Amino acid sequence: MSGLEALALALMVPGTVFFVAGTVGMLRFPDAVSRLHALTKADGLGLVLIAAGAAVAAGSAGVALRLVLICVLVGLAGALGAHLIARLVRSGGEG
Amino acid sequence: MDAMIVFDLALALALVGLAWAVLATEDLFAAVVLFIVFGLMTALAWVRLAAPDVALAEAAIGAGVTGALLLTTLRRTAGAATPEVTPPAVSWGVGALSLAVTAGLGAAFLGAPSQGPGLEGAIAGNLAASGVEHPVTAVLLNYRAYDTLMEVVVLFAAVVAVWSVAQAPEAETPAPGPVYAGFARLALPAAAVVGAYLLWAGATMPGGAFQGGAVLGALGILALLARSYVPAPEHRAMARAAFIAGTAVFALVALAVGFGPRVAFEYPPALAKPLILLIEAVVTLSIAATLAALFFGREPEPLSVEARP
Repeated sequence: MSGLEALALALMVPGTVFFVAGTVGMLRFPDAVSRLHALTKADGLGLVLIAAGAAVAAGSAGVALRLVLICVLVGLAGALGAHLIARLVRSGGEG
Repeated sequence: MDAMIVFDLALALALVGLAWAVLATEDLFAAVVLFIVFGLMTALAWVRLAAPDVALAEAAIGAGVTGALLLTTLRRTAGAATPEVTPPAVSWGVGALSLAVTAGLGAAFLGAPSQGPGLEGAIAGNLAASGVEHPVTAVLLNYRAYDTLMEVVVLFAAVVAVWSVAQAPEAETPAPGPVYAGFARLALPAAAVVGAYLLWAGATMPGGAFQGGAVLGALGILALLARSYVPAPEHRAMARAAFIAGTAVFALVALAVGFGPRVAFEYPPALAKPLILLIEAVVTLSIAATLAALFFGREPEPLSVEARP
């Protein structure tokens, strides 16, 4: 295994751990807002770590730039989705 | 054995499990969400099958736009009187149809030759004359353009049906708020660029009219939700023109090249690329307008209609 591959792995494995943690939180936490809390924080960090690992493994600036774009767009869309769900919960919609 | 077989098996099992869950779930909202997840997993399966074109279309149309259509349908039909039990004739009829389709697909799959060359040779051999460099686009817009025209007609028929029967909902969807509006301001131009890029990229790599149209249709859905665009009765003529343009331009080009020694859909090789790009550009806009109109779900009516007895 080359040094770059090892670095990519060292980034991606913690990334998957964060995804698993976020999923466990979504399944275990009692109400919608707590579940959102678990999902948005953990998955956001997990995505950035996995994307960083993929960028290192790809070793190309073009791919890395695309991955940064993906992170920004997913981050924006994820934050918006969480906000809309939380807004619905607070306005007395489905809990 | 490839290590990816573990992932593929898990993916295949997840697809079957999700399909079952969609059908078995009593809660319609949960079923729609499961269906969206099913669409995303299907897109992943197409990626694993090395079919990025289908994966793009599945993710954009199968999971994205169809999910939005199902959710808005759910909202519009909420509280509507539904029969307690589905009539047995409907259940059995749908079951028999599904079984027939499954049997037909199975027969086609088992009857296909499992060895020997497929059509790749013929497709690659004629690619130079097709006008585009991407084999999937060559098949969709040149070799089998008739099938693609029919797909565009199906979308057109869908929007005609919706405009014919749909009524205005009793309550408007509440506006999703300032954060959403800010997101839409950022996302609308980005989606426009992505949609146009997918259309342009289709000539040389995965992409094309359906993928680009779906992304631009999603842009329309974003704009409708953010109230950046509010359909008005006086927009109907333009909307009708947008719905029919794809079918009309596609059919006219197909017929126009059919004079003289050629048959319909037989583009002159020198003109093939511009003609295909023309068809794709217009079809993209038609698909985008149609998908957004399907999401809006009705013909924008003049106010006077509501005042009539």
